[in-house]
Amino acid sequence: MGAFALTTLTQCFTKKKDEGKRLYETHCQSCHMDDGSGLKSLIPPLAQADYLQTQRDQLPCIIRHGMDGSIVVNGVEYNKEMPGVEHLRVDHITNLLNYIQTNFGNDNPRYTMQEVEELLEACPPTR
Amino acid sequence: MSKRNSISLKNGLTAAALALAATAFYGCDNSTAQNSLPIYGEREPVERTVDGKTVIDTIYHQIPDFAFVDQDSQRVTQETVAGKVYVTDFFFTSCPTICPKMKTQMLRVYEAYKDNPNVVLLSHSIDPAHDTVAVLKDYADRLGVETAKWHLLTGDKDSIYTMAEAYLAAAQEDEGAEGGFSHSGDFYLIDQQRRIRGHYNGTEEEDVDRLIRDIPLLLNEKKDEK
Repeated sequence: MGAFALTTLTQCFTKKKDEGKRLYETHCQSCHMDDGSGLKSLIPPLAQADYLQTQRDQLPCIIRHGMDGSIVVNGVEYNKEMPGVEHLRVDHITNLLNYIQTNFGNDNPRYTMQEVEELLEACPPTR
Repeated sequence: MSKRNSISLKNGLTAAALALAATAFYGCDNSTAQNSLPIYGEREPVERTVDGKTVIDTIYHQIPDFAFVDQDSQRVTQETVAGKVYVTDFFFTSCPTICPKMKTQMLRVYEAYKDNPNVVLLSHSIDPAHDTVAVLKDYADRLGVETAKWHLLTGDKDSIYTMAEAYLAAAQEDEGAEGGFSHSGDFYLIDQQRRIRGHYNGTEEEDVDRLIRDIPLLLNEKKDEK
């Protein structure tokens, strides 16, 4: 319990606020680009992407387990495998998603950790 | 600024030394940038006799002949780039790390020289087993690439890795790397005699700006020789 309190306390003094940004730079930026613009018809944009709103409930599972197959984002068809990042915890995924949903010109509702946890529990079975 | 004030003396000295080195480097770079580009790779002097006199020629590292297939099933060989300046790199379509950025930057080179038939782009796949002609075709279409300018190449794996060595590029299969291959993100600038004249970090916008500026130096070089 003491260790938990200490961890919680320490997190207040770390750059927790920037975690979403740091996770984005580590796991997403090389494909989705610094400004979330993606790459032509190869890699879909995150910037002002309708997919972030229409598929909001799927996003935690997509980040954790990846995805493949054809999708349409802002009217353009994409078909490229995206690797998942299996080791990300619920709080990581929450921070990352909230960063994406509120940057690159996006102004979408944030997730709570509880919401992300429930969505992750309902992920479809992975291949 | 506050960060700078707090650095130790040792760091300060290192920074000063680096700044000095950078100045020297750029000073050098500026003076040559106007005129010519260096020739990379090993070179060897070769003596020969002309009219009874001994003349020393320098043999420069030259990219050997090659034969690959592009996204339109066309053969691409040294003939494709004969007398032309070309930019080349190594990638693979399923690469989850640096490749998308490299392709964003290569697109900038493509756009800049789209209408110049004397500039060609060759991107070699280092995963030719997966990157078949059909896969490369789909990739090129999605990038919006015209074949005549930008060839995405597949072929015999050993030949591709041998060519990577010829370009002094690092490329290898690596189970530990994301995507299964590790390779450098460099772009190489090759002149009309298939000599390496520049290498650039293909993920850095500023370095690719330098590449875009360097290409005319080689194009003009050819005119001067005529």
